[in-house]
Amino acid sequence: MLFWISTIVKVLVAVGFLAQVAAILLWVERKQSAMMQNRIGPNRATIKIGNFEIRAAGLVHSIADGIKMVWKADWEPSGGDHLLYRLAPIIAIVPALCLCAVIPFAPTLYVDHARDLYDPAWATDVATAARSIPMQIANLDVGVLFVFAVAGAGVIGAALAGWSSDNKFSLMGGLRAASQMVSYEVAMGISLVGSMMIFQTVRLDEMVTWQTQHCWGIFVQPVAFVLFVTAAIAETKRVPFDTPEGESELVAGYFTEYAGLKMAMFASGEFVEVCVSSALITTIFLGGWQFPFVQLTGLEFHYLGLNVSWHWAHFIVVLVGFITFSLKCVFLIFMQLQVRWTLPRFRYDQIMRLGWQMLLPAALLNVLVTGTVLLFLNGPTH
Amino acid sequence: MPGKTKVLKKPVRTIGEQSYLLEVVKGLGTTLKHFFQGTGQMVSGNVPDAVKHPLAEGIATISYPEEKRPYAERWRGVHRLTHRDDGSPRCVACLCCSTACPAQCIYIKPGEYPEGDKRRGYERYPVEFVIDELRCIFCGFCVEACPCDAIRMDTGMHMTAFDEKSAFVYDKDKLMSMVSQHGTQKSENPRHEPGEAGHPGIDRLRGGH
Repeated sequence: MLFWISTIVKVLVAVGFLAQVAAILLWVERKQSAMMQNRIGPNRATIKIGNFEIRAAGLVHSIADGIKMVWKADWEPSGGDHLLYRLAPIIAIVPALCLCAVIPFAPTLYVDHARDLYDPAWATDVATAARSIPMQIANLDVGVLFVFAVAGAGVIGAALAGWSSDNKFSLMGGLRAASQMVSYEVAMGISLVGSMMIFQTVRLDEMVTWQTQHCWGIFVQPVAFVLFVTAAIAETKRVPFDTPEGESELVAGYFTEYAGLKMAMFASGEFVEVCVSSALITTIFLGGWQFPFVQLTGLEFHYLGLNVSWHWAHFIVVLVGFITFSLKCVFLIFMQLQVRWTLPRFRYDQIMRLGWQMLLPAALLNVLVTGTVLLFLNGPTH
Repeated sequence: MPGKTKVLKKPVRTIGEQSYLLEVVKGLGTTLKHFFQGTGQMVSGNVPDAVKHPLAEGIATISYPEEKRPYAERWRGVHRLTHRDDGSPRCVACLCCSTACPAQCIYIKPGEYPEGDKRRGYERYPVEFVIDELRCIFCGFCVEACPCDAIRMDTGMHMTAFDEKSAFVYDKDKLMSMVSQHGTQKSENPRHEPGEAGHPGIDRLRGGH
């Protein structure tokens, strides 16, 4: 019972948040780019209640955009494939939403011991473990592999949209999206092999546990971090990797023929991808929910001759973990938007060259070096 | 004749630049600097006045309808008809402006002052003075042609958008209601009425031609 209730609540919270994230990120992106470019940014949309005006620093623009999207004429190209045309936006956004299922956003909460000090025995105690809430919607054994499988499905949406629109620009955009995402999927997958070798697992919650006990993934796999972040940005199809959209060449690429809420689904799908990829990078490279020097028992600082142990109740540790995870995600989202407004778009051949001739060899080399070092440190395991 | 040849050095990319990664970090540094500068200004309310200090560091937006960049004295905006001291137009309906106008957007219907008016015989007045601001090309020839400093383009106003074409046709009352950038409806140049010292006193009826 506890399992079902907690799972439903977690799903509702996660999907509810991610569904709104586009509206918020739209505002963040506009405001952030405005600040970077010495502008004020959008601030004119107003909700008037009598003499009282709400402008909320431009947040009202997101609401205005939403209203506009809903009331747009739902136009469809007459020549295309209508079923695929309607299916494509759904396929584009659903995999991105699914990805958040495997991401652990806080340590497991043991309901019976919420006010006690953490004891490792809880995990093995059957009665206690049965009444625990893992802060992860689906604790899958395949973990990262699920991420790759589902993230790879996202390309189908873009390709279908391009194909079913009956428009050469759309088709070109769809083709570009497909080849780009397939190319970077390879580098992305291989860049994580080194991390899997070090963590000795593909389960994301165990990866975080390893990082809390040893050190963050970015310190043991710095090259993989850079490669993975690059590939993740390429997967979101945003600047500097936005040739599938490429306004100056392809009108709007694969969603040229989409209007209203269908277009909004593609746009919000992109923002959800930004969010989820930030969460993934946090989980694999930035220690997940771990605040520096915080263990499951509380603050443990045993370096530089200091021996600080500040024990917290279990639920506080969980809460701190959740807040830390959120803050790390927010930081990464911020950096991704910053990159989007800093770099110019790559040429298409440059994207392919970067993917196949730079990232892929670098990722393979990273695997080789990681394997060699591990073998040197641990010796043959059998 | 052999000219001086300046040999330009071909720019060389260092490995750091070629690798792009370092340059990305540098670029992010620049944009982050601007981001924090702008955000700091917005949050603290210390936004520099872009109208007075257009080159100041940070936010440079002018919120247009509320804030306006001052125009140069000679900037040509929407026309106005200058007033005399008694509030009548300085215009003497000589038709110089409508003749000079390359867009032919000015229509003037001249009229004679009534019998007994001291200006009668010396000058006429515009019964109608109409400018089609949509046809106007804002060349300023009318201002230069005017011998009486009666038409000016120093209002500092853009032509604004209206819903219908007829709104762009400015009649005499509308043109007389305009004020200059400095808020005056008159002109700085002196005006001598008939009978005053300084008035030449020559007219069509009494000047002998």
